[in-house]
Amino acid sequence: MKLRLCAMACAMTGLLLTGPARSADLRIGTAAEPATFDPHFRNTTPDNSLRRHVFESLIGQDENQKLFPLLATQWRPIDALTWEFKLRQGVRFHDGTAFTAQDFIYTVCRIPNVPNSPTSFALYTRGIDAIETPDPYTLIIRTAAPYPLLPTELATFGIVSARAAGGMAVRFDRAGCNGVSSYPNSALFDDGTLAMGTGPFKRAEYVKGDRIVLVRNPDYWGPRPAWDRVIFRPLTADAPRVAALLAGDVDMIEMPPVQDLERLRATPGISVVQVQSNRTIFLELDQTSDQPRSIAGAAGRNPLKDPRVREALAIAINRDAIVRSIMNSSAVAASELMPPGFFGFNPAIHVNYDPVRSRQLLEQAGYPDGFELVLGTPNDRYIHDQKVAQAVAQMWTRIGVKTRVDASTNSIFFQRAHRNEFSASLLGWGPATGEMSSPLKAIIATPDVTHGFGTFNYGGYSNRAVDDLLIRALATIDDPGREALLAQAMKVAMDDVAVIPLHYELTAWALRSGLSYKARADQFTLATDVLANDVARGP
Amino acid sequence: MVTVLLRRVGQSVAVLLVMAILAFLAIYAIGNPVDVLVSPEADQMERQAAMARLGLDQPLAIQFLSFVGRLAHGDLGTSFVHGAPALGLVLERLPATLELAVTAMITALLIGLPLGLWAGLSPGGIVGRAIAAFSILGFCLPTFWVGLVLIMTFSVHFGWLPAGGRGITVPVAGISLGILSLDGLAHLLLPAANLALFKTSLIIRLASAGTRNVARQDYIRFARAKGLSSGRIIGVHILKNIMIPIVTVLGMELGSVIAFSVVTESIFAWPGMGKLLIDSIVHLDRPVVVAYLLVIVLVFMVINLLVDLLYAALDPRIGANR
Repeated sequence: MKLRLCAMACAMTGLLLTGPARSADLRIGTAAEPATFDPHFRNTTPDNSLRRHVFESLIGQDENQKLFPLLATQWRPIDALTWEFKLRQGVRFHDGTAFTAQDFIYTVCRIPNVPNSPTSFALYTRGIDAIETPDPYTLIIRTAAPYPLLPTELATFGIVSARAAGGMAVRFDRAGCNGVSSYPNSALFDDGTLAMGTGPFKRAEYVKGDRIVLVRNPDYWGPRPAWDRVIFRPLTADAPRVAALLAGDVDMIEMPPVQDLERLRATPGISVVQVQSNRTIFLELDQTSDQPRSIAGAAGRNPLKDPRVREALAIAINRDAIVRSIMNSSAVAASELMPPGFFGFNPAIHVNYDPVRSRQLLEQAGYPDGFELVLGTPNDRYIHDQKVAQAVAQMWTRIGVKTRVDASTNSIFFQRAHRNEFSASLLGWGPATGEMSSPLKAIIATPDVTHGFGTFNYGGYSNRAVDDLLIRALATIDDPGREALLAQAMKVAMDDVAVIPLHYELTAWALRSGLSYKARADQFTLATDVLANDVARGP
Repeated sequence: MVTVLLRRVGQSVAVLLVMAILAFLAIYAIGNPVDVLVSPEADQMERQAAMARLGLDQPLAIQFLSFVGRLAHGDLGTSFVHGAPALGLVLERLPATLELAVTAMITALLIGLPLGLWAGLSPGGIVGRAIAAFSILGFCLPTFWVGLVLIMTFSVHFGWLPAGGRGITVPVAGISLGILSLDGLAHLLLPAANLALFKTSLIIRLASAGTRNVARQDYIRFARAKGLSSGRIIGVHILKNIMIPIVTVLGMELGSVIAFSVVTESIFAWPGMGKLLIDSIVHLDRPVVVAYLLVIVLVFMVINLLVDLLYAALDPRIGANR
């Protein structure tokens, strides 16, 4: 009897042991969930991350957001308003049909017309004025104005199959495409009818809230992915996500909480990879009115309009201390709005901690006794956002600027910041393009609807010199020339303390040992970049 | 009986309408969904376009009228985040939540009732005291902490059970159930135990207090004197008389487990309605929040009706009064 029991137990153990090695499966615990399987429905990180597995774009972005050929093999500007893209031949969609220029045209036509889309990719296709296709594998794209970011922006959206969606007759027209009566809604992607791209993985199963299962595309044109199956599980709460990794339910998780990193590193069988993300945390200062309601003790003036006061506030902050003791070293002190290594970074910008000079500057500006202000912050948006704001408040209070922190949840905070309820707001920015033009446009440029400038310039900073440099940069096709203009614009803005950069966040992933991940600055979790040292590869 | 039912249905419809309007007005006062939903990269034009697509560019009065108009057709609107009908999204998650809630309640009843009876019959004994102590512990420990301890013990340390998710589900008449597969059961065990702990404690206390009260009554003494077996005394005479308060509380608790198992669902990544609600609140997905609240109101009303019918079955005097 005992023997038989043992035999059973041994057989079962054997079964358990052989279980996971059967096929190369990768199970990933994600911190957020895509809204749909539709690559054009919602332009946010979780949706874009999923889309990159299934629907490829013309151009790819590597882990440092540098461009590389994907469905387009090469591209070049013919003149200031015309671009030529050569498309890859022999690529097939998951249903076996061939990829051609018509699929690109259909995609560009569908993007502004996705039903109910809460945030569409239309901002990346709006600049296209005309599309010509001399042959099925060549695209000529014309723009109304010089558009140096066209290749970068073509990397943001995936290509869907025109044939599957019934769009073979669609013809591009800037005012509205012809040849199709309606565009398919997202439900047809969710249920799998249209969920086919050209990517390395195919949709296998999609259960909202529980799991997304992808299988390897055996006919993929590119390098063979290391995984037969990839299972994404949304584990949105932090502690359970970590527990799932420790329990071996998943092989890898996104965004382990910063305070758990030390423990995870010390756990046998677990490793942590960390990389500098493209996200900068910074403070905006309210310069919109002469007498902001949130400022007291400034004799009816707005001290934040004085560049000396802004500089005093900037150099009163001990960034290294914040990075060390609040961010647990999961950040790097920042002096501008994008980290080193990104397009437009200016190495000549430095901000040094100097509280003595801070007080002198305040005195020169006519505020020897300081004043009072309110620092607004979200409390669930960025890593330790509220704690960082509290540290800043203490440092400002020490130079005489009495600061009260007003924290609220993400969904409420942005509305309040928009209404200028705070004298200063803690915000973060991580550009999809990986280029300095993005933060300059959104945060520093004077708000202006025609250029799409200043969407997040709640503080209302305005400097004609910066605006002019930026407008010139955005019309400069030549990359080195544009980079120099962007770096110069950033320098002018930072000399004027347009905003106060605090730090660049690091993004972390935790994996079971035996796996390695090419950590990405854009925070995407891509199964194609996860490599296994211990999984037996099939034939 | 039929008139009672009809009156109840009429009342329910009125309550639902009032609830829908209150929920709409309350949730539309919070934040601006576009701030949360739209990609930060979007410029002013794209933000305007997104607001128009979601109908947020209209004044509140117009939004409200179109909401009421759709409501009359049984349409609760389209989710901002998912682009799918809000009611459908909520109902899609209902089986997972119901499965968890019902399993937890049945577990609580099966464990709590016998233990409560025991504690009530011999309150001074060692076992009775141990049961009372256990129920106090079950009351005091916060659900999220117990959940994490369960995960750390049974999933991380021993590796016996999965740390979260729902596992393999089996479709039955269009509804997917996890309880029918071994993997699904394994996934169900920890979250159900987590939810059941508090309910078990509650039932123990109700049953033990009721038993102590009823066991002193004359008719129980008389039954004993008559020589009835103690099994019959406990199983029929005591049990039936302590069930009314238990059924009342159980009904309300079942409703609250369905509506507010948010914490357990988040900790165990259980794809139920609670997790959907939290995500929807974070993203200001107004139509889904409103749809969720209406579904919950409906669930409470149905449970209350069932509880009333059960009363009548347990105590004929209540039915006669109607």
